[in-house]
Amino acid sequence: MIPLGAVLLVSAVLFLMGAVGVLIRRSALVIFMSIELMLNAANLAFVGTSRHLGSIDGQVFAFFVMTVAAAEAAVGLAIIIALFRRRKTTDVDQVSFLKW
Amino acid sequence: MSAREMLFYADAIVAVMTAAMVILHRNPVVCALSLVLHLCSMAVFFLLLDASFLFAVQIILYAGAIMVLFLFVVMLLDPGGEGVAGRIGKVQLGATLAAAVLLLAGVARLLPGLAGAGAPEGAVLPPGFGQAGDLGRELFTDYLLPFEIASILLLVAMIGALYMGRKETS
Repeated sequence: MIPLGAVLLVSAVLFLMGAVGVLIRRSALVIFMSIELMLNAANLAFVGTSRHLGSIDGQVFAFFVMTVAAAEAAVGLAIIIALFRRRKTTDVDQVSFLKW
Repeated sequence: MSAREMLFYADAIVAVMTAAMVILHRNPVVCALSLVLHLCSMAVFFLLLDASFLFAVQIILYAGAIMVLFLFVVMLLDPGGEGVAGRIGKVQLGATLAAAVLLLAGVARLLPGLAGAGAPEGAVLPPGFGQAGDLGRELFTDYLLPFEIASILLLVAMIGALYMGRKETS
């Protein structure tokens, strides 16, 4: 029996790594991958809690998170391609024109 | 310590190492391939936690479909290497430290459960827990409305992706 605390700890560590990845990387692609890391960490917490409580609801939630992640990846990568076409870069420091 | 727990901890090491590769490596292709490994290790987590259907979905959807999309875009754009150093300014450092403090607070809260003292045993699972039938029954009864909304979300995402990727006609 895997203790719930261990599952939540691994989930927290992975989420933190994803957050740090978003903060320290410049490439929009790698930032997207870090977002996937965070979504997966959340999924792990959902599944671990679902196992602990013996309720399927957590797994259903993880399923929906996966759906959202798929939609996010499709739209996000399309945005990155459109961005690259116009600006010839995926460096987020060079596309700060919405910032004032 | 049972075999399941040992597998869990071994897999946790793999997951953390591959996650570190994703956020630290300069070459985006290596990042993407590390992410594939990471997603597979997450799938193993799901299997160990009695979520066999999610295990299959994770491999097919994430490690299959989404990662192919990622690798395709990485190779298409060929953004080249990128240095991590020199970017970490005050804001980044502060945010990372704040995240670390939050993590420490969480660990402090979880420590009793980790030691196993006072941690309640997990519930006894019904047979077929986490398999496709179990999850499907739930999806099409209690979660029918969210399920339909998710399908609309996917449709909207598809239209949005098509729109973003269209040819410029000015």
